[in-house]
Amino acid sequence: MEINFQEAVEIADQIKKKEYSAVEATEAFLARIEEVEPKVKAFINVSAEVARERAAGIDTRIAAGEDPGRFGGVPIAIKDVLSTRGVPTTCGSRMLEGFIPVYDATVVQRINDAGTVMLGKANMDEFAMGSSTENSYFGPTRNPWDLERVPGGSSGGSAAAVAAGEAPWALGSDTGGSIRQPAALCGIVGMKPTYGLVSRYGLVAFASSLDQVGPLTRSVRDCAALLGIIAGHDPCDSTSIPEPAPDYLAFLKGEVKGLKAGVVKELSSEGIEPGVLERFNATVETLERLGVDCEEVSLPSFSYGLSAYYLIAPAEASSNLARFDGVRYGYRAAGESEDVWEMYDRTRSEGFGGEVKRRIMLGTYALSAGYYDAYYAQAQKIRTLIMRDYGRAWESYDALVCPTSPSVAFKLGEKTDDPLTMYLSDICTIPVNLAGIPALSLPCGLSEGLPVGFQIMGPPMSEMKILDVAYALEREIGFDARPPMEG
Amino acid sequence: MAISIEDVEHVAKLARLALSDDEKETFRRQLSDVLEHARIISEVDTSGVPLTSHPLPLVNVFRHDRSRPSLPQDEVTSNAAWAEDGAFKVPKIV
Repeated sequence: MEINFQEAVEIADQIKKKEYSAVEATEAFLARIEEVEPKVKAFINVSAEVARERAAGIDTRIAAGEDPGRFGGVPIAIKDVLSTRGVPTTCGSRMLEGFIPVYDATVVQRINDAGTVMLGKANMDEFAMGSSTENSYFGPTRNPWDLERVPGGSSGGSAAAVAAGEAPWALGSDTGGSIRQPAALCGIVGMKPTYGLVSRYGLVAFASSLDQVGPLTRSVRDCAALLGIIAGHDPCDSTSIPEPAPDYLAFLKGEVKGLKAGVVKELSSEGIEPGVLERFNATVETLERLGVDCEEVSLPSFSYGLSAYYLIAPAEASSNLARFDGVRYGYRAAGESEDVWEMYDRTRSEGFGGEVKRRIMLGTYALSAGYYDAYYAQAQKIRTLIMRDYGRAWESYDALVCPTSPSVAFKLGEKTDDPLTMYLSDICTIPVNLAGIPALSLPCGLSEGLPVGFQIMGPPMSEMKILDVAYALEREIGFDARPPMEG
Repeated sequence: MAISIEDVEHVAKLARLALSDDEKETFRRQLSDVLEHARIISEVDTSGVPLTSHPLPLVNVFRHDRSRPSLPQDEVTSNAAWAEDGAFKVPKIV
């Protein structure tokens, strides 16, 4: 059982040292999946045979003295928003039920090249729209810390799989907090990289100017390692930054003395649960003990971030999701349609779930004649103001901090009838996506027995510094990332 | 910002969604709530502030126009609900 709660970098070392084989590692995780998956439901599809075959291939290479890749034989879970050749990719939607991609996403190609073994596709809110994974067509995922509660979202399956020991690490995607918020609610590390650092080729698009792929891991070292695998220029993504990515794991030191951090006033007072605030403030004190100079900073435009986001992201989604028309791939309404227009209408109405329709409607409205200037254009100006506030902050601070989520994991069904309340879950994570900057959520303790996340934000391309701050804090906090699950 | 059933019907038509009467009423209420909350952005003085559509200062990315290997046609159409002879089929358009 112990292997299920080891760091991925340790598993890689153990396989290299032949303490156990890649097949044994994969079998240990498949066994754990079999044991807890009926309760957690972190996966939409477990591709056990593909995993076994791949792990055996890694062992053959090791036996032949060949290089199995830097993380050869380490299992991984992939959010079902990433295209995997030959393995069904649903995006948590009826619209893509049965869809089998004909190519791999660039990040999938890269984790394959590094020798990792994909265990399956992790559950998610439909088309990554949601903060609880309750919007999945295939049913909700449960939080391993309390099965009556949500794991967060939209990468809730990825986060729950790692927290429950079903996978050592996972890939997710983050448009408004979809990696960091579930990482916080499940007590693991999650990072949204700088926009353009990680390729979006093969990532099913939600809001193209906000989406980024990133790691969900048990430790900061694993986060640095997985980011190192997936980061770097990709000619298949025209928004990919044309620079090589550093070896984050090799450079990780955790030296933070003398750094300056700003505590964002607008995101660390009003609207934050008292228990979360208490853990957050205690972590700021820990940061100060480590020699980081912390002071409060006001970034006034952040109060408007949520509203701007819930116009910009749906507007982009309404355009991106126009491709789902029942013609080239995906669901098509059964039975005869009078003409192509009726086929489109029926296909989209039957194929999309409620939240996706709601966002398409909201986005279409914000972009429609007569409302464009008041909503979409004004939201884009707010986006400029948020970027300016960040820009001013970086003149004085190396990093900014705030809680990742205003609350701990909430109960299933608690917010499903009130979309606006659900949207408020993203209040602390959204400004990061609007500005395209990197941010990481680190577990910083428990409130009422549930994990609390501490968010560290930095200027564009400051991943190394953010990881160093997180690494220093992680060692000091000593959070036990293992939920008290039976079995 | 309260929106009407007619607004909902107009937007649904633009978005190519056929909604039931129940859905129309639910969306009318929920979209009104979200848009009401979004109204706070109109309080902000943004005169002279440029729009940001993208976090990166993007320029066109060019590549040489050379042919490269591509997917075989039968694979490309393999996920279509209705395909024949390498073509996607749809109900009548006109």
